[in-house]
Amino acid sequence: MEWRRFTGAQRTARFMVYLVMVAAIVASARTVEVIPEFLYDAPEQVGDLFTRMWPVAWAHYPGGVHDALMETIHIAALGTLLALVLALPVGVLAARNLVPFTPLNLLAKLVLVSSRSVNSLVWALLFVGIFGPGALAGTLAIAFRSIGFVGKLFGEALEEAHPGPIEALAAAGAPWTSRMTYGFWPQVKPAFWSIALFRFDINVRESAVLGLVGAGGIGMALDAALNLFQWDRVALILVAILAVVVLTEVAVTFVRQRVL
Amino acid sequence: MLELRQLGQAYVAGKPVLQGIDLAVGAQGITAIIGPSGTGKSTLIRCINRLVEPTSGAILFDGQDLARLDRASLRRARRHIGMVFQEYNLVERLTVMENLLCGRLGYVSPWRAWRRRFPADDIQRAFELLDTVGLAGFAHRRADALSGGQRQRVGIARAVMQEPKLLLADEPTSSLDPRTSVEIMELLARVGRTRAIPVVVNMHDVTLAKRFADRIVGMAGGRIVYDGSAADLRDDVLRQIYGGEDWLH
Amino acid sequence: MASVHASPAPPAHPFPSSVWPRVAVVALAAYVVYACTRMEISWERVLVGLENAQRFFARLFPPNFARHDLLVKGLLESLEIAILASALGIVLALPVGLAAARNLMPPWITWPARALIVMARSFHPVIVAILFVKAVGFGALAGILALTVASVGFIGKLFTEAIEEISDKQVEAVRATGAPFASVLAFGVLPQVFSRFIGFGTYQLDSNLRNSTMVGIVGAGGIGGTLFAAFQRFDYDYVCAILISIILLIMAGELCATGVRAIFIDNATLRDVFGRRRSAPLAPLEDD
Repeated sequence: MEWRRFTGAQRTARFMVYLVMVAAIVASARTVEVIPEFLYDAPEQVGDLFTRMWPVAWAHYPGGVHDALMETIHIAALGTLLALVLALPVGVLAARNLVPFTPLNLLAKLVLVSSRSVNSLVWALLFVGIFGPGALAGTLAIAFRSIGFVGKLFGEALEEAHPGPIEALAAAGAPWTSRMTYGFWPQVKPAFWSIALFRFDINVRESAVLGLVGAGGIGMALDAALNLFQWDRVALILVAILAVVVLTEVAVTFVRQRVL
Repeated sequence: MLELRQLGQAYVAGKPVLQGIDLAVGAQGITAIIGPSGTGKSTLIRCINRLVEPTSGAILFDGQDLARLDRASLRRARRHIGMVFQEYNLVERLTVMENLLCGRLGYVSPWRAWRRRFPADDIQRAFELLDTVGLAGFAHRRADALSGGQRQRVGIARAVMQEPKLLLADEPTSSLDPRTSVEIMELLARVGRTRAIPVVVNMHDVTLAKRFADRIVGMAGGRIVYDGSAADLRDDVLRQIYGGEDWLH
Repeated sequence: MASVHASPAPPAHPFPSSVWPRVAVVALAAYVVYACTRMEISWERVLVGLENAQRFFARLFPPNFARHDLLVKGLLESLEIAILASALGIVLALPVGLAAARNLMPPWITWPARALIVMARSFHPVIVAILFVKAVGFGALAGILALTVASVGFIGKLFTEAIEEISDKQVEAVRATGAPFASVLAFGVLPQVFSRFIGFGTYQLDSNLRNSTMVGIVGAGGIGGTLFAAFQRFDYDYVCAILISIILLIMAGELCATGVRAIFIDNATLRDVFGRRRSAPLAPLEDD
């Protein structure tokens, strides 16, 4: 007797995916421009890079780096907070079990998708164009990028909430707002804070590079040092960013374990 | 066929779970190991194929001391020992057929196994085995879509696919309802008879043990305290093994 | 006169609230004020900005697709960067993720593997791209390498977590049959993590697509360079065209990802994918 793991139709589908994948990879590898001279040069360039980065310009920290670093953290924190405030209503609108009105759901989902598709750097470019360079643009960029993330995950947490308690409240005659506060919110509260912490962690990383397009924070110091080829300062900044990222992760893990 | 000599096992030094186990299993029949929880029944069974490493003693099987084998030889030896688990231990996301073919993994190269190119004989045998355990037509179902009793049948079929010389079963019925438990024990007994191989079963249901086992081994405190036929298993012996009166009858 | 035992007086506050949440709210509000002051964010600036915004948006629309050949070229390059970085990243992340799994490998293998994954995740892809631009020059190669590093970090971490969460009972049973290690992996470990791995892979493709549109800003190839240049020239209607194209590309990528997940996880056929049947979305995955 014969035994086949997948039916003919399934195998065709899987084969098509493999085919498309391989074709895409081959086509991309062919058309991508790789200049061989640069490639051969690479080890030398990397060696040069490390030589220029050492010794790290520690002395530069208090004057040039510290304030910018703090600004980065503020951008991340304020941006996340703003995003939470904005994402809450959008997330609610996108959840079908709370707002059973499809056009609103779709609109909310569209908002969320666009927010996620546009990179935070691109949002930063936009806001620098509108509000001028500086931390305001950075904060708004972080906020608008995070709305999609927070809103989507929050919407999903809402959709997965147990209908039981809400039904009970409705049966007792509670109005919509009370059903939200007493029925939904207690269920989604842990998920909400978990999402918020997660996003803050990511935003710290994102905020560090926004300065490259002028939106404030340590990225501006990085941009300046890069333009002047001051690689020892670049090294300092990278170390500083790494330290902040690691500290944030530690702090977030701590809060997660203690509070959530 | 299988002989355990002075088998000892201690997860933590100084606190032995098994002490001085001497057990000889003949070429046929069902041997049931009974005893209270924590007395080392499960450890004993798992020491036989070294899923748990014994700390002392010898495991003589098929002319070799399993306790002394290196990893490659142990793997080869394990092919001849089939094992059935309390929680079935099927690979949930694979189909019934793939779970059955796990039994042949010791005989097929990893590359062919990965591409699911098993010998036609194995496939044939698998279908026949499915009939034997009463699961004809189940070959393409995913393992997590089966009931407990059905899963255990697949587990038994997987063990039999290895064409083993010895069948071990670690509490095979503990997760099943009474009627399914009886069906599974009947299946195990039938398999042991038709293939003329010994079956060593771990169980905590004494009634079931008395009904199906040819020989009963009672353990208490990590030692064997009773070794005889089901008929001789009287209440005073049971009291000695399990302690206490109320649970009897 | 009823019972002698009077019931205790009801507590004054039936819903005793802890003081901590209130403290936290006040602290948060204070922080917001502090941070805004430090960064010179004030309502005046916002209002001025909003006026600016009106003018800005006027210049964005209507989007100008006139220079579409440059646009298409940039988009294609971003797509290629994303494809190659994902392919390379997945291929590298598999063994690294496996090596980092503490339930499968001894410590002298898991420690270096885990260290590698942590290092790959530490820096934003754009920063990594800057370093690669210095090493291998401007162009798509730097972008590919940077995003490969990011992919290895992301997929590697999630893959290791998935492996460490598998049920070892299933693995134990396969081991008991005398199967060699590779077969134990193939039949015991991989079936349990395969569907999640597909999810990670497709998500990473989307993520790389998003990032590849951006690394061009630092010279690592793709549409990002075109976008940045247009911005600096104040060619806002062109910027709008580019942005719309990017969003459409990313949405198309997400659709493909859903299709691939349906085929490999739910064993869908082509008819299922292109027909009306929808499978339930997988558990959410977001990292950026």
